[in-house]
Amino acid sequence: MEKILSELKPKEKGKAMSEIVSVVKMEIGQTGKIVEIHGGAGMSLKLENLGIRVGKEIKKLNQQAMRGPVVMAVGKSQVAIGFGMATRVLVEVGKEEENNENSSNG
Amino acid sequence: MKILLMGNPNVGKSVVFSRLTGAHVIVSNYPGTTVEFTKGSMHLPEELGLSGETAEVIDVPGVYSLEPTSRAEEVALEMLKQGDLVINVVNTTNLERSLNLTLQLLKKKIPLIVALNLWDEAKHTGIKIDAGKLEQSLGVPCIPTCAITGEGFKELVSKIKEAKIGKYEYEEEERWHEVGNIITEVEEVIHRHHRFRERIADASISPKIGIPIAFMLLFATFHVIRFIGEGLIGYVFEPFFDNLWAPLMLKFSNILGGDGFIHNILIGRLVDEKIDFGESFGLLTTGLFVPFGAVLPYIFAFYLILSFLEDSGYLPRLAVLVDNIMHRLGLHGMAIIPMILGLGCNVPGALSARILETKRERFIAATIMAIAVPCMAQIAMVVGLMGKHGAVGLGIVFGTLFIVWIILGVLLNKTMKGESMEIFLEIPPYRLPYLQGLVKKVWMRIIWFVKEAVPWVLAGVFIANILYTLGIVDVISKYTAPLISGLLGLPKEAVGALLLGFFRKDVAVGMLVPLNLTLSQLIVASVVLTMYFPCVATFATLVKELGIAAMLKSAAIMIVSTLLVGRILNLVIGNW
Repeated sequence: MEKILSELKPKEKGKAMSEIVSVVKMEIGQTGKIVEIHGGAGMSLKLENLGIRVGKEIKKLNQQAMRGPVVMAVGKSQVAIGFGMATRVLVEVGKEEENNENSSNG
Repeated sequence: MKILLMGNPNVGKSVVFSRLTGAHVIVSNYPGTTVEFTKGSMHLPEELGLSGETAEVIDVPGVYSLEPTSRAEEVALEMLKQGDLVINVVNTTNLERSLNLTLQLLKKKIPLIVALNLWDEAKHTGIKIDAGKLEQSLGVPCIPTCAITGEGFKELVSKIKEAKIGKYEYEEEERWHEVGNIITEVEEVIHRHHRFRERIADASISPKIGIPIAFMLLFATFHVIRFIGEGLIGYVFEPFFDNLWAPLMLKFSNILGGDGFIHNILIGRLVDEKIDFGESFGLLTTGLFVPFGAVLPYIFAFYLILSFLEDSGYLPRLAVLVDNIMHRLGLHGMAIIPMILGLGCNVPGALSARILETKRERFIAATIMAIAVPCMAQIAMVVGLMGKHGAVGLGIVFGTLFIVWIILGVLLNKTMKGESMEIFLEIPPYRLPYLQGLVKKVWMRIIWFVKEAVPWVLAGVFIANILYTLGIVDVISKYTAPLISGLLGLPKEAVGALLLGFFRKDVAVGMLVPLNLTLSQLIVASVVLTMYFPCVATFATLVKELGIAAMLKSAAIMIVSTLLVGRILNLVIGNW
């Protein structure tokens, strides 16, 4: 996971106001646009069928404790996906303040 | 004519099905698979310009796409080849996802009509669809419907004759793009603030509020089931059996001469020259009282609540909330479904383990369900038997089974190869269940119970009777006494109940009645009866679902864990 993030980071450096994180790292209530889904064809197709695909806006609604599933809103519907799957869905989220938190991830 | 209902899961397809078809409905397996579908028939009325004939309607399993990602989707694809016409049930509140399937159906060159279902819900959430424009772009009839109220159904039926093979052409890679284009053209979304119901919906799945709500619901459910069950027994079934059936049977007993082989099989033994539905053990006395007088009221109450929870959309939320715990047992949240269904009857519980993806998951789920989840028939009898001792005994029985369920799951997860799958499901909005559909569902389940259970109860009572009459129980109990009395602390006659538990657990609990057990013995007996082996109907289902080898393994786990737990319980509470 960390590897994927670090690979993506340089590309995103130009965009000062946004950041790429996995759905797991999103805050509750935050919205973001899906930029990448890391997974086999089967997983991608399953996600796609529920409307989770690159380019879609999603909103993270909640996450169960201790690596539990993540619930997110896609359009008017809600989907729950397991923690592992959620780490492989990368979204671009708007970042209000740029701080040194960024560098600690990469 | 064969009409197929196709659409995404959770779009109200089964309610549409209920609306279109009559009372006679068959649930069957698709040949060679474990995928279930429902079949019914509908009249095609001449006054709407149709043939006046009867058409077969098939509720195809819900799918998101015709590129199969699961067995159910493969089956849907197979069924599509055999249909004459498809009614594509579309979720108007989520047009994008629905149209993805619609466009794929259009390519299959089969006559199509689109039912824009959940039309009213879309209106409430601020979604406006131009049905006329959509009809123009797709080239097939599009009719707004609301399955719950029946709005639009007359039009839907009348449009069957206008179903067309769509002419919509597009490149496969451009499908989502095409869907997007159509939506921009036909959909208008007005922003609405969160409504009260949506707030509740969000709260009930958040960990902080959702888990307390789940516990409250569980607690309320138990009380409602007990209230309905006890109420029906106290005010309807017991009075019927005591005041009407018992005198009738006593007369019949006199006609038969009060004794003899036939008398003892049909009426059983008289206790103080009276019929005792608990102890007489005749086919017409205990044999009818157990399923109808003691168990059916609870079965009815359970399925009423379960069907309500299913149709309201709560179960997927529960699955998300328990996902974490289920992972410790090598399962994911959806595995709560076989457990809950198992509480009604272990047979549907075992069948529903199919919703789990891997063999390993199905084995763990079916095994811990068969061992530690008592069915409602057994619970009803145990409650009846132990009720006079208060709630403590019941608490220990259920608490012990719950601990066994957890420990076994954890052990199986640790020892079996392979890993857990992840949860992946849509969470539908809360919906008020459609009353007629609910009634139909409960009715079908009751009929199913009567058909499946009553023959086994009668067989069980019959065999119990024979075993006692011929003194076979006495012979066996001599040899099993060290095990039954020594290890478990039960009277040696309790072996009769264990023998009969293979037929029906409720009958087995009934056989404990004349033994006058102490509370601690009742607790041990109830736990042991739940765990040691599934009843024959569940056993047959498990063999079919898991295969004989896995079932033998499962059975070995059952017997070992039963002896262990029974022994421990006896040591801890045996001296009460």
